[in-house]
Amino acid sequence: MSTDLMTLQNPLPAIPMTRGCPFSPPAEYEQLRQAAEWHKVTVMDGRQIWMVPTYSAVRAVLGDPRFSAERDRPGFPYINQSQKELIKSSPAMVTVDEPLHSQIRRRATYAFTGKRVEALRESTQQLVDSLIDDMLAKGGPLDLVTEFALVIPSTIISGILGVPAEDHQHFHELTNKIFTLTNGPEGVAAGRLGLEAYIRELVLLKVQEPKDDLISRYVTEYLNTGELELEEVVTQIRTLLIAGHETTSSMIALGAAFLMEHPQYREQLRQGDDKIAAGAVEEMLRYLNIMHRGLVRMALEDVEIEGKLIKKGEGVLCALNSANRDAEVFAKPDELDFENPNRNHVAFGFGIHQCLGQGLARMEMQVAFKTLFTRIPDLKIAIPLSEVPFKTDVTVYGVHCLPVTW
Amino acid sequence: MLKVKLDQDKCVSGGQCVFAAPEVFDQRDEDGVAVLLREDVPAELVDGVREAADICPALAITLQEN
Repeated sequence: MSTDLMTLQNPLPAIPMTRGCPFSPPAEYEQLRQAAEWHKVTVMDGRQIWMVPTYSAVRAVLGDPRFSAERDRPGFPYINQSQKELIKSSPAMVTVDEPLHSQIRRRATYAFTGKRVEALRESTQQLVDSLIDDMLAKGGPLDLVTEFALVIPSTIISGILGVPAEDHQHFHELTNKIFTLTNGPEGVAAGRLGLEAYIRELVLLKVQEPKDDLISRYVTEYLNTGELELEEVVTQIRTLLIAGHETTSSMIALGAAFLMEHPQYREQLRQGDDKIAAGAVEEMLRYLNIMHRGLVRMALEDVEIEGKLIKKGEGVLCALNSANRDAEVFAKPDELDFENPNRNHVAFGFGIHQCLGQGLARMEMQVAFKTLFTRIPDLKIAIPLSEVPFKTDVTVYGVHCLPVTW
Repeated sequence: MLKVKLDQDKCVSGGQCVFAAPEVFDQRDEDGVAVLLREDVPAELVDGVREAADICPALAITLQEN
């Protein structure tokens, strides 16, 4: 082990490092977890921040209010252009600390309670069935991302917010512009401005004609009462729209690719009950880690985490994908156990910013995976795995497209 | 008997406690904030409550062993 550790640079050149297996974190992460000292990693503008590699330390940082997520604080480290760009708008819940964070978040949590999510299960099932009907009618090969993975979360979040479902390709393209790492600052800005202009127009439509949806609720309860300005509403809806479709669609496509390449897990899911489907989703969340670039925080004072001193003003990168494979916590981190899933993973983050829509995401994935492989048991990737375009150039990991056939 | 406490001010409405121990936790309809249904945890619910306390991202659930 010590010899291997010598080969790792400190600071590390970039995060994430190159994956060996497309479904697992880079092999070096295990060495980083076992190293006596934490490594630093170079991020935007040449800044170096600490990479936090272990499960316990990741949870300790993300659960500690002395670490700030407020990105417009002077000296806050950015890891990509989208983070720099998105703070130009009115503050979003994901980029502010308490008490503002809870004020913003609690206006939205209403729509994502366990009971409201369960109430959407039947219509989600109908949607998934109709998409599979269409796929079977068209015949393969076809792209599972555009025909299935992207449509499910886009349609569901559109229904909750009151966004026309037929616009999903449009708002998805704008979202892509924001998060594609190879886009320059102008391209990322164009994505943000375009998406916000689209949402602003929608909000103003709801002012004229409120309906029974979350945007209308923001209009009647917060905008019309003067509690929020128009731009504040636009940012909150932008956050929910992006988070509501980009991440879940990536997980559905990546999870489907994983299951097609691992028949033993696919069969277990197909032959199992709903509890197995829920376990499969939990374990794939832990194992696949679409938030592969980690979460950034800045220390507001000197803090010691597990014997490591992080000085005031220093940045940390919480490596969720490393934490979720930590053998100190997970007995068999590199295997998936659908019967006894690890629910204590950090795929949705940890601390006050943990994903607001996690219950919705879980439900959508349970229905999607179970139905897809029950109805098309011999679904397979139509090209060699080595030719699948994995999203290493986007902040959220996944696949750009996934040709499938049966 | 194990006693459970919930700090509603800290709660961020993730709803995972309800999933782990539905006999002990619920969510408010208006904002998803967790609600404690009982403070004393009988033996058969201890595992679920411990899981809820462990996975709560806001560290809003604390346990008291008597």
